[in-house]
Amino acid sequence: MSKYPVIKKVGNTKEYKTGAWKTIKPVVIPEKCIGCGKCWVFCPENCIYETTKNGKKIFEANLDYCKGCGICAEVCPVKAIIMKEDEE
Amino acid sequence: MVGIKKVEYGKKQVLSTSDAIAYAVRFCEPKVTAVYPITPQTWIAEKITELINNGEMDSELILVESEHSSCSAILGAAATGVRTFSATSSQGLALMNEVLHVLSGMRLPSVFAIASRALSSPINIWADHSDMMNSRDTSWIQLFCESAQEAHDTIIQAYKISEKALLPVFVVVDGYTLSHVYEPVFIETKQKVKSFIGDYKPTHAYLNPKKPMTQGPIGYPSEYMDFKLEQQRAMNKALNVIKETNRKFKIKFGRSYGNGLIDERVRSKRVIIAMGSMCTTLRGLEKKYKKTKYEFSLIKIKSFRPFPKKELLRALSNATDIAVIDRAMSYGNAGPLFIEVSSALGEAGYRKRINNFIVGLGGREARIKDFEFIIKNIGRESYWINVNGGKNISFSAVI
Repeated sequence: MSKYPVIKKVGNTKEYKTGAWKTIKPVVIPEKCIGCGKCWVFCPENCIYETTKNGKKIFEANLDYCKGCGICAEVCPVKAIIMKEDEE
Repeated sequence: MVGIKKVEYGKKQVLSTSDAIAYAVRFCEPKVTAVYPITPQTWIAEKITELINNGEMDSELILVESEHSSCSAILGAAATGVRTFSATSSQGLALMNEVLHVLSGMRLPSVFAIASRALSSPINIWADHSDMMNSRDTSWIQLFCESAQEAHDTIIQAYKISEKALLPVFVVVDGYTLSHVYEPVFIETKQKVKSFIGDYKPTHAYLNPKKPMTQGPIGYPSEYMDFKLEQQRAMNKALNVIKETNRKFKIKFGRSYGNGLIDERVRSKRVIIAMGSMCTTLRGLEKKYKKTKYEFSLIKIKSFRPFPKKELLRALSNATDIAVIDRAMSYGNAGPLFIEVSSALGEAGYRKRINNFIVGLGGREARIKDFEFIIKNIGRESYWINVNGGKNISFSAVI
């Protein structure tokens, strides 16, 4: 550990998995998702990422950093994201 | 008040303490200065803005909307690895409080001049040490001055101390009773000051796109306490840094202030411990009462943080009666300096008669006859001095 509170490594925030802070988590229903990306735009933690499921473009949340704020579920135009109890 | 007379460098002349501070800052050339006006510090800020405006001083001046902002601006500037300066008083220092902890926690050097003043309420603009005691635990070095010359010299020393110890420094002068007093001051030259303090080379915190870094990240329970231990280590090391800087300053400039931490000139069995401008009055009385029944010696605490426990205990080794004069009060207990001295004595297992005097809160006059009362009551009962219409009231009678 350094003597001073300084980290001389780029991208070090990735190492701090802050996802454990949440009590509820977003769950995407792939069949409903239209891949519009509105959740990706609005996520304050920048933890929504694009992926494919059964050849279809959808969005999912990286639960290592998601704090469970629920904004993605709120803005989803087709209600494809539901907030569920995080049991971990 | 400002700019009446041309100041000559490398010469002794009559100047106010605020001007003496401003010229010392000018010689140290902080790259960033951020100030917000507050009485009685304003004079220092005025002089510095004047020097910058006249092109006599090269510094980025940030005029902010509060002291919280000025301290934050200094924090940001210091994090890029440059020399910085600010000044404030009283409520301003109290408003800075949360950012003060961040500066010292990030181990960033900086120098702030403080014209110390009472805290509200009732609102009061005059001298006492309440604002300093309120920021006692911020991990800032606190150096108390008693003359214009000492203030001028301590600013110069402070930059060297701060950059070596990697802790920020307060240079404290009593509001009005020192900040607005005209005295003969030897104003140094920029060349001499520069050769003494050198260029600031940041060690751990700076802005360099080729070497990116995160400053002030989160400290989990697994790390936080270890950084705090480092801070205490730095404070302990600062004791030697202050002493060494004072010694080197004497070689270069021919002036020094005790050993840099405490100033004791004679030793007697009866001792008065004090800080700030009232030390000059006490020194006069020390001479007057020499070889009389009431003979005493004065110990001036210059460095309140770090507290020079070892040096103080050595100075008190033969003392039997000790009086501690406080210009602040820790309500519900006693004066803060008294508490410090008592704890140092207790820890070392010394048994001495010690008492406390609360003097001059909010600019209440500290008259010669008040000091004479103190001198005659060293080691007896503790008192509030010159209260309720000129009376001295013992601690036990405050009910």
